[in-house]
Amino acid sequence: MKVLVAVKRVVDYNVKVRVAADHSGVDLTNVKMAMNPFCEIAVEEAVRLKEKGVATEIVAVAVGPKEAQEQIRTALALGADRGILVEAADVQPLGVAKLLKAIVDEEKPELVILGKQAIDGDNNQTGQMLAALTGMGQGTFASEVNVADGSVKVTREIDGGLQTVDLKLPAVVTTDLRLNEPRYASLPNIMKAKKKPLDMKSPGDFGVDVTPLVKTVKVEPPAERQAGIKVADVAELVDKLKNEAKVI
Amino acid sequence: MPLLSRQDLDFCLYEMLDTDSLLHTPRYGDHSRETFNQTLNTAEQVAEKYFAPHNHLADEKEPWFDGEQVHTIPEVKEAFRHYVNSGLLTARLEFDAGGMQLPHVVAAACSGYVTAANASSAAYPFLTMAASNLIHHFASDELKNLYLPLMRSGRAAGTMALTEPDTGSSLADIKTYATPTEQGHYLVKGNKMYISGGDQDITDNIVHLVLAKIKGAPAGVKGISLFLVPKWLVDDNGDPAQRNDVQLAGLLHKMGYRGTTSTVLNFGEQDNCVGYLIGEPHQGLKYMFMMMNEARVGVGLGAAVIGYRGYAESLEYARQRPQGRHPSNKDPASKPIPIIEHADVKRMLLAQKSYTEGAIALCLYANHLIDRIETCADEDQRKPLQELLDLLTPIVKSWPSEFGPKANSLAIQILGGAGYIREYPVEQLYRDNRLNPIHEGTHGIQAMDLLGRKLWQSNGLGLQTLLREIQATLQQAAEFPDLAPYSEQLQEALLLVNATTQSVGEQLQQQGPDIGLANASAFLSLSGHVVVAWLWLWQASAAMKGLKSGTNAEFYRGKLHACRFFFRWELPKIQHWSNLLQSADDTCRTMHNDYF
Repeated sequence: MKVLVAVKRVVDYNVKVRVAADHSGVDLTNVKMAMNPFCEIAVEEAVRLKEKGVATEIVAVAVGPKEAQEQIRTALALGADRGILVEAADVQPLGVAKLLKAIVDEEKPELVILGKQAIDGDNNQTGQMLAALTGMGQGTFASEVNVADGSVKVTREIDGGLQTVDLKLPAVVTTDLRLNEPRYASLPNIMKAKKKPLDMKSPGDFGVDVTPLVKTVKVEPPAERQAGIKVADVAELVDKLKNEAKVI
Repeated sequence: MPLLSRQDLDFCLYEMLDTDSLLHTPRYGDHSRETFNQTLNTAEQVAEKYFAPHNHLADEKEPWFDGEQVHTIPEVKEAFRHYVNSGLLTARLEFDAGGMQLPHVVAAACSGYVTAANASSAAYPFLTMAASNLIHHFASDELKNLYLPLMRSGRAAGTMALTEPDTGSSLADIKTYATPTEQGHYLVKGNKMYISGGDQDITDNIVHLVLAKIKGAPAGVKGISLFLVPKWLVDDNGDPAQRNDVQLAGLLHKMGYRGTTSTVLNFGEQDNCVGYLIGEPHQGLKYMFMMMNEARVGVGLGAAVIGYRGYAESLEYARQRPQGRHPSNKDPASKPIPIIEHADVKRMLLAQKSYTEGAIALCLYANHLIDRIETCADEDQRKPLQELLDLLTPIVKSWPSEFGPKANSLAIQILGGAGYIREYPVEQLYRDNRLNPIHEGTHGIQAMDLLGRKLWQSNGLGLQTLLREIQATLQQAAEFPDLAPYSEQLQEALLLVNATTQSVGEQLQQQGPDIGLANASAFLSLSGHVVVAWLWLWQASAAMKGLKSGTNAEFYRGKLHACRFFFRWELPKIQHWSNLLQSADDTCRTMHNDYF
């Protein structure tokens, strides 16, 4: 079984980002970039499927700048077999989903695993859009994945509990935080990954137009927390909660 | 909060030291910036996931001895396992030996992450690496084939057993001895003390490298041999087969670094402690020095990164802790300011920044030198670099070990009462770091090694090479008029080093080492400060270049300001040290035991 796994280059979770001076976005010059943590979980799940003998080949795909090669190499060091980078900047979820669809059409994987969302845009859209575009079934927010007999059982984390869906393959799965604990790339595997193939593509190769459809009006930092005050007694507290905060 | 600043490491590796140039050498040609980055990512992940979380716990719940066995918290074993499995243990080894053939400078940055996360758990793999390198270089093929695979796969850890209850720094006086047997091995007998990792329950076996004298050997250091003494004698597969006669007499309870066992070991209580001679008889100290020199550079780096952690913690605290107002503001109703706005807190932060980032640059430079030595094909070019490394080793060990704990002390000061209580991490950092001026040759011994030996070795070739390296930086800095005052000050400092060196040289020749070496620690301080000032000028040049790129201006301005601090507040101290040295000040030497 071939597994396609999507990886995104995002700002490292440890970095405290700052809003750019012109409020067009956040300032990413020279900050540490890394693989999106949910994508790490996706790669880990694919590698585990291969270790179990379920998957036979893992293809890691990224849409992003040339530097996103680093994240594909990381996926290769973690256990993916080859990589495809579609070089394009600032592609929005729909554009990414269209490109992934084109790659799915070529590669014909039986399972596509993506992170449920990326920690930069927090959109939580690409997996669902890809499923819609390809007509594949989708199991989002997965906390457990079991592949057997031409279908995949996905346990989903939903409000108030867990839901299990059974999808016919090929299918799309997006990963939640508790699906697995990703491994690190061992040093020998980092060296081995250098020799694994990585194809460079452009959106034009797939005839996909990735012009942004959503315009960002303004990006602002969260409002700074105001200093608290001391209240004289419980009555004043209740009064404030009722009339100022309007929470009771 | 990240354990170390990746931006600062990258700055040192690529903007200051030009680590990329290694990629053009045959030894490192298989690497790329990408493999370096990914390796650092892995080191950071392993450090954050498996070392940092139990740093405090390992301090609180130090190893204990139930009379039969030592127990350590299970997290230490887990961390050790990940250090091995990730390939970090063998990162510097050649591809053929199963390593990653990683440049030393990158490997050092990786070690930096792990020590910053948890110095005491990092000690076990670090000792194992150093001991296995020594075996690799000097032991017979038979010993290598049996023990190296065990150590490199993490089945056995290593120790260095030098110190004895009555013999600390003065190895010439060790009493442990070895008797040859007909079977070819030796029987070792004696007691060792302060042996880090001397017993533990982390690995199946422990390989002690023991200094001992063969019966009838010459007196003093010339009679010392080196023995491999396993805790368990192994069968042909390397599995523990029979317990060797090495007994734990007890654990020592330390101020810091508590997660690493410190042990008293009895060798040959039953007269049956099997030891294998490494290399030739009576050459043990020479072999051990190879391990020690490597360990000394490692100690410097450890001191630097533990210092850095304190800086980062106190910086974060100073930004968040509102307290007081500017002296000009008398309005009690006004909002208190974060303490980072107070000038004296800025002083303490700048001192920490200039000490710890200076120390990290120094240690990475030392590793960069090792890379240059290893990739240098021409013997004539290699020799001066080796001499420079020899000259700098006592400084690389001692300067961070002195100023790392000073930085940690300032971090405690910034946190105030919070810094003094155990709920905050800075007091442990200070306690952990306080070991570094003591082990691997004390501060005083490093000072005598520098002034009594390294400075004059090969007719001062090391110092000449250092001056050449500094000239290259001065040339770079000449491009930037803003740096001219620092360049000038550094040149004056070099003249002072020259005059001081001549003066102490004459003292040594004319009045002998007792007088000539009496103020050696002042010489170590002076040389250390000049070397670090040079590295700050180098960083400042790289920062000026970086500023031109138009991005990251705050980072580069921070570098320039720290450079300014070091030149204004620290470097002038050398004049005082030089005065003491040039006048052969005898205040300390002439103080009488009875006057105290």
